[in-house]
Amino acid sequence: MSHMEAEGIVQSNWSGGTSPFAMNSKKLGMWLFIISDSLTFSALLIAYAWLRLATPNWPRPFEIYPAIAFSSLMTFALLTSSLTMVLGVAAANRGDRKKAVRYILLTMLGGIVFVVLHATEWYKLIVVEHVTPWSNPWGTPLFGGTLFGLTGLHMLHVTIGVIYLGVVAVGFSKENYQADDVEVSGLYWHFVDLVWMFIFPMLYLMSVNPN
Amino acid sequence: MSAHDIAIEPHHGGTTKLFAMVWVYLLVLTGIEIFLAYERLAVVLMLVILIGLSLVKSALIVAYFMHLRFERLGVFLLLIPAMVFCICMMLIWMFPDSLRLMELRPH
Repeated sequence: MSHMEAEGIVQSNWSGGTSPFAMNSKKLGMWLFIISDSLTFSALLIAYAWLRLATPNWPRPFEIYPAIAFSSLMTFALLTSSLTMVLGVAAANRGDRKKAVRYILLTMLGGIVFVVLHATEWYKLIVVEHVTPWSNPWGTPLFGGTLFGLTGLHMLHVTIGVIYLGVVAVGFSKENYQADDVEVSGLYWHFVDLVWMFIFPMLYLMSVNPN
Repeated sequence: MSAHDIAIEPHHGGTTKLFAMVWVYLLVLTGIEIFLAYERLAVVLMLVILIGLSLVKSALIVAYFMHLRFERLGVFLLLIPAMVFCICMMLIWMFPDSLRLMELRPH
């Protein structure tokens, strides 16, 4: 019993010595990073939406099959990896290390599937369709710049996320890391999924071939 | 229990069934978005619907997958309003201008 309570003084959460957010500093740090990163992606997406609405000859090259079917499959892979991640965090919190590591490995698999599918799509766009950040066969060159810029930054996040999860999986199975480390890596992974929930409709579904 | 004893315990909110349900909802919302792509709606209408659905999806991810619903209210108040404010500030400049340019386009 603290000295303050002994004197019958109600102690505020904010008077020091307590954790007002009931959250460790690693998790709070990851949340703050996520907020700042979400503003980076917001700025890029808003700039893209501005260009998309204001430019008359914006290309709409994507057919339902194969391009949209392909990117839908990528969305499915990422969403499912988020589910395995959240189950991994739950297992880690229960203290079931083996199961948690298995779920994290499944999450990494989802991320790898996403990156491989995405790289295949980039290959098709660059090599077959001759789209570059400064030119494309259909219309304004801005199309390639925004597409590669946004999906490239997102793909970088997914790649870093897969590596991060790999480090956490190894560390957690060796008991170097604890359940809260798994939870913090899960926050990052869900954020990467969340960003794709905006990139997929705005870049792909907004550019479906109208004919 | 004194205030110093407030433990920073991991949150155990959410069951496998709940997370699976959220996953199903996210897939259904994605399905609706893909269906809308077939409908070839007008650009602005399509953009508004897609962003609306994406906001619902991101709210589901943040609330359940990222456990924000199971954290203290203070965490939400620390993080989300400031972010929404910044995004609104960006939108204030961008959207009126892009719509003006769209109106100026030869039809």
